[in-house]
Amino acid sequence: MRKNTRIIVIGASTGGLEALRTVLSGLDRDLNGIFIICQHIERSARLNYKMIFPDVQDYSLTEVEDKQPIESGVVYFAPPGYHLYVERLGYFGLSLDAPVNWSRPSIDVLFESAAHVHGCQVVGILLTGANGDGAQGIREVKRLGGITIAQNPESAVADIMPRRAIETGCVDHVLDLKEIAPFLVRLLRKDHSSHKGAL
Amino acid sequence: MTPLVPDDIEFELLLEAIWQKHGYDFRQYARSSLRRRMEAFLQKYNLASFSHLQYRILRDPSFFGRSLDEITVRTTEMFRDSFFFTALRNEVLPILQTYPALNIWHAGCSTGEEVYSVAILLMEAGLYERSTIYATDINPVVLEAAQEGRYPVAKIKEMTKAYQQSGGVLPFSNYYTCKDDVAKLNPEIKKNVVFSTHNLATDESFIDAQLVICRNVLIYFDRNLQDRAVALMTRSLSHRGFLCLGSKESASFLKAKVNLEVFAKDAKIYRKL
Repeated sequence: MRKNTRIIVIGASTGGLEALRTVLSGLDRDLNGIFIICQHIERSARLNYKMIFPDVQDYSLTEVEDKQPIESGVVYFAPPGYHLYVERLGYFGLSLDAPVNWSRPSIDVLFESAAHVHGCQVVGILLTGANGDGAQGIREVKRLGGITIAQNPESAVADIMPRRAIETGCVDHVLDLKEIAPFLVRLLRKDHSSHKGAL
Repeated sequence: MTPLVPDDIEFELLLEAIWQKHGYDFRQYARSSLRRRMEAFLQKYNLASFSHLQYRILRDPSFFGRSLDEITVRTTEMFRDSFFFTALRNEVLPILQTYPALNIWHAGCSTGEEVYSVAILLMEAGLYERSTIYATDINPVVLEAAQEGRYPVAKIKEMTKAYQQSGGVLPFSNYYTCKDDVAKLNPEIKKNVVFSTHNLATDESFIDAQLVICRNVLIYFDRNLQDRAVALMTRSLSHRGFLCLGSKESASFLKAKVNLEVFAKDAKIYRKL
């Protein structure tokens, strides 16, 4: 992981897999970013990510195992039934601690740990969902200098999750679903050129 | 990575204080999840910072004993991950059939649900009479509960379902009796289980076992401590013994993997080389 690598954490619940398909398939190849996704899902679910996201070919799709190293160019998914954490030492952690907001994995848990470890490198994105998980996480990402995005509730299958996030007053950008990937591409490309400029 | 802020430093000092005062070493636990639990703790006891918690832990004699139970995690279930129990039943137990006596170490057993799940599998495979299960945990409070083998009746429905999904074909009601709202496991399930405290961070190997089960315990450890624990458990295995980890845990990121081979990939069952 390079020093200026952005850590993009994405939370989604009801309608999330469909929304994620739109976001992930819009990513250019070779972006200097790490994508970490917390999708609420039934705990015994066993997912085939390649089949769910057939259009995503430039990034490998991985369900996280405990202590797995965090690497650029990979899209990571929280395993069903476990909380997912970003640890300081460049790897992931998991836990079976009690559900947070009736959810495990919980978006708050992922976002807070990413913000604690990576501060202003974090981009927190909340998509569609019928539950308030993630709002506290957005607050923490913002407090520690990261960028926060909520899907425009009007474009969401379930609008509670993005609305709760926007209500915190900590969301920087409210974007239609289709605008999210282009926004990320611009942001990561800009990082890249300003980083080169610095050299 | 961002630099350490005062909260981070106070947290590290708190772990040092617990170690020096009480001999429990959480310094090698995975930080993010441990910290979240400790933060819940600050709220519960209305403490302003980790330094305040540290003061309490150093000065209030009974406080730590009561709090250990909340710092460690007690999540456990009967037959969690049916595919693991199916693999244990169909692939491992037939091999263990060939041994005249079996030692099994269940490390991090919490309130015992998984220990008794394994005991039930052994009974159904006709192996329980020659087996001893050594069930250990860091936390003496959960061991007392485990020894009781009493669970809320409300849990029976999901236990029964999990038992059936894992390949169990007998009526699950064979294994417990209900009184009021408590389901008590039958004494024959408990008779070959020995409970004891054991700390994977500081204690040594005490057994020569054919099967070691340690599921969803390592996730709470950092990589160094995972390495210590897996090496310790591997040392505790007899030749070609089996090690079972949680389904999202992996030996593949550890140095200790050199003494193990993968036996059942998804079920995370390893075998000593």
